[in-house]
Amino acid sequence: MSLLSRIRNVFRKDALHGEIDEELADHLDEAVRAGRSREEAERALGSTLRHREVSTDIKLWTWLDSVRADVIFGVRQLRRRPTVTAAAILSLALAIGAVTAAFRLTDAVLLRPLPVANPQSLFVIAYTHFDEINGKTEEADSFSYPQFRDFREAVKDRADLMVVSYTSRNDITYGSDEEMERAYRQYVSGTHFATFGLRPAAGRLFTDADDQKPGGHPVAVISYDYWTRRFGRDPKAIGRTFRAGTVAYEIVGVSEYGYTGTETGTMTDFFIPAMQNADAINNPGWQWMRIWVRPKPEVPQSQIQQPLQASLSAHRRERTKLWPAGAPKSRIDQFVNAGLTLNSAAAGASGTQKNYRQPLLILGAVVLLVLLIACANVANLLTAQTAAREKEMALRVSIGAGRARLVQLMLVECLLLAMTATALGALFAWWSAPFVVGMINPPDNPVRLYLPADWRVLGFAACVALGVTILFGLGPALRASGVKPATALKGGEDPHSRHRLMNGLIAAQVAFCFLVHFLAGLFVATFQRLSTQPTGFAVERTLALWTGVKGAGDAAKRPQNAWLDIAERMRATPGVEKVSFASWPLMSGNGWSSEVRVPGRAQDTVSPYFLGISPGWLETMRIDLLAGRDFRPGEKQAAIDEKKQPVEGVVIVNEAFARKYFNGENPVGKSFESFSRDNTLVRNPIIGYVRDARYRNMREPIRPTVYVPLDKTSTASFIVRTTAAEPASMAQSLRRLVSEVHPEFRVSNVQTQAELVRNHTIKERLLATLSLFFAIVALILAAVGLYGVLNHAVLQRRRELGIRMALGARTSHIARQVGGDMFLMLILGSAVGLGAGLASERFVATLLYGVRGTDMRLLATPLLTLFTAAFLAALPPIIGASKTDPSVALRSE
Amino acid sequence: MAKPDTLQGSLDLLILKILSRRAPLHGYALMTAIIEISGDVLRVEEGSLYPALHRLEEEGWIAAEWVTKENGRRSRIYQLTAAGRKRLPVAEERWTAVSAAIHQVLKMA
Repeated sequence: MSLLSRIRNVFRKDALHGEIDEELADHLDEAVRAGRSREEAERALGSTLRHREVSTDIKLWTWLDSVRADVIFGVRQLRRRPTVTAAAILSLALAIGAVTAAFRLTDAVLLRPLPVANPQSLFVIAYTHFDEINGKTEEADSFSYPQFRDFREAVKDRADLMVVSYTSRNDITYGSDEEMERAYRQYVSGTHFATFGLRPAAGRLFTDADDQKPGGHPVAVISYDYWTRRFGRDPKAIGRTFRAGTVAYEIVGVSEYGYTGTETGTMTDFFIPAMQNADAINNPGWQWMRIWVRPKPEVPQSQIQQPLQASLSAHRRERTKLWPAGAPKSRIDQFVNAGLTLNSAAAGASGTQKNYRQPLLILGAVVLLVLLIACANVANLLTAQTAAREKEMALRVSIGAGRARLVQLMLVECLLLAMTATALGALFAWWSAPFVVGMINPPDNPVRLYLPADWRVLGFAACVALGVTILFGLGPALRASGVKPATALKGGEDPHSRHRLMNGLIAAQVAFCFLVHFLAGLFVATFQRLSTQPTGFAVERTLALWTGVKGAGDAAKRPQNAWLDIAERMRATPGVEKVSFASWPLMSGNGWSSEVRVPGRAQDTVSPYFLGISPGWLETMRIDLLAGRDFRPGEKQAAIDEKKQPVEGVVIVNEAFARKYFNGENPVGKSFESFSRDNTLVRNPIIGYVRDARYRNMREPIRPTVYVPLDKTSTASFIVRTTAAEPASMAQSLRRLVSEVHPEFRVSNVQTQAELVRNHTIKERLLATLSLFFAIVALILAAVGLYGVLNHAVLQRRRELGIRMALGARTSHIARQVGGDMFLMLILGSAVGLGAGLASERFVATLLYGVRGTDMRLLATPLLTLFTAAFLAALPPIIGASKTDPSVALRSE
Repeated sequence: MAKPDTLQGSLDLLILKILSRRAPLHGYALMTAIIEISGDVLRVEEGSLYPALHRLEEEGWIAAEWVTKENGRRSRIYQLTAAGRKRLPVAEERWTAVSAAIHQVLKMA
């Protein structure tokens, strides 16, 4: 019969035995019926027990049956020593859970293919870009629409090209302005859904016809996820209208289930045709999107890359002709000759991926080290156990068990441990992966990932369980099965060989533990240094209200006094201390930098930052004035008037500016030139000189900064200093107030300045928190392992120690005897860990800030922690050893 | 069966052959059939009959089913399967070859 029935028979062995017995009994009955005597027939048939055994072995899968027996035996063994089993399972579960969670995250962020047709044949165009700020060449992938048109012209029909904008968060409303809600938007080409092979879940998707005329297609496709969350999958959602900015969009369809845009880490809620970004369509300076490429079948990549590269260079050469005169040739060449590559985008393309690739891989490596520590632990526990079971093994060998059979017996036991641990670990991963995702981004812009527990995760967990079993189980299993009955029953041949293995594992544990601690130290120090970095302005009790005026373009711009009106009204609110406004809050990620010309100085490669501010802003932000004065209401920035004549403006500069352009002297009264919108040089007399403040970034040195009056604008951020310690509590009332004073003004977002600053250390905090957590776990595991091994050694040498004590050995001598090996292993492990730590530093260097691995403090901390933990773990067994009562120890054997 | 031991091979062959000619039989009836047909010459060792039956069953050459007898007890009766019917000529041929070889040895030696 089939394998299936043989497998089934393993689990119905009793029934099987009954059937065989019944058949043999029937044979005897027949014999009696044929006139033979029962005794004679029984004798002729022979032992029914033996026939039953033989037939049973024929009818079932004997190997599986032996495994079944081993499982039952294993469970019994594990339950006989609950403490050891629990310790092994818990440490493994924690480590396996961490590894699985790390895999889930890595898979979700970096590996999982987009749910579209043939994701492997999708590419995103990237180019090398020289970053002036940190002086490094980096890869960038943002393009303008005119460049896209050039590209499409260049590749012709060799590939499908399409535009996919960066995902951005928008305030939209289905009713009045009071009911604003947030949703994530992507502009896409009309061909987007067809090229991705996506089908509508309801309604229709875009076609090329939806993407023809700038601003002419107010239609939207929503994602299935958004349809579910916002509309409960109501088919009537199709045809509804929402307003984003000034445009009312009609929802025409829902995209296929599972597709939430191309930016892994952010889920797009609605898609609108690229042509709806009307202002950007003909603007070559506005880089707002990625360009996706799907080569036509059979077209080699090089045939697409070459025309794209040529088009990029040609396009950029044209652009440089508009650059202000005097740009250095090296910069022009760098810009024009930027190398173009086609990056595989099977797993999507997003900033989250770029930012978190390295941290995720490092965390993966750390948890892998923790897993190794846990494995070493369990291996040690098992080795100690097998010592106790040596006689059982010897007995098994004596009655004919083969070596393979014994290894199987041991491995089944290990697999039971590993599987229980994996099941528990899976629970841990199930809880912890979303928890970590929650830590990745600021709360008002959370990372959203698709984190299913599907075959990828389950398969990974199963592989980990198997791998771990082999890692910690095979050694002890081989050792146990290699037992020689004669010597084992006599008391063993080489009692020290086991200790060598256990000591080696301890040294390995110490080395891994040191490495984890060293890395954690680096990340924690980085986080501390970054987050205590002075910002130069007041962070606490400050609120930023991002505000915009309805309408678009110049029509929406309001003069400074309209904004000052609102600020005045806010100041009258109880609990408000100071109010002013700026183009955007400091450290918000926004920035504006522009070239300046200072008499007597050559052209610089790095341009200073600019920021538009209102009178009183410096005071609100508590940026001290060193010389000169603040702006007065009505003062304007330098510009070109209607008659195309340059008009002077006033500016305030910071210390870094004075250091760089005026040798650190007070620059008030001096002036420099900058470029107006149409590249005409305008003069800027300096009227104020202020202390340095951080503008965009915690890591870069504070750059020269120019503050200009924010005169006429359609968007700005009110900066409110409150008297209350919790400024966020005032957000709602202030938001309402803005629209009350001027109905066409609308607050789109409220953030505290503290939050804006904290957002710059999120990655560092994540790494510091998680690596610290794993360092603690690793320490506990290593300490438990150390304790277990030492305790075992003491128990094993109980008789020897008794004799020594009886002969008058001192307590200190006994302690040295017992702990000496351990100390040696500690030193050895730490040395190896130190070497590995120093070697690994360069892999994490880009994530560090202001710390070096060779810093004595960073090296001493893990060493001290490890030795303290080792001391504490070793203390109980050593005390136990020195308290050995010779009379008891010797009598017990 | 790579290297069937001759004795066992012969028992398998006898079982297959008898089942190919007769209605489904239980073990005891099979045994008596072998004894009768061979004219009392071949005496099957009763103990080895059942493992042989079970092995052939696992091979898929014979199939078994339980039938309830008049006294309420059950008998396990065997019959040839399609696969067993195909197997029979092979087994017969092998036996012929082996016995011819033995005959040869007896004559020449």
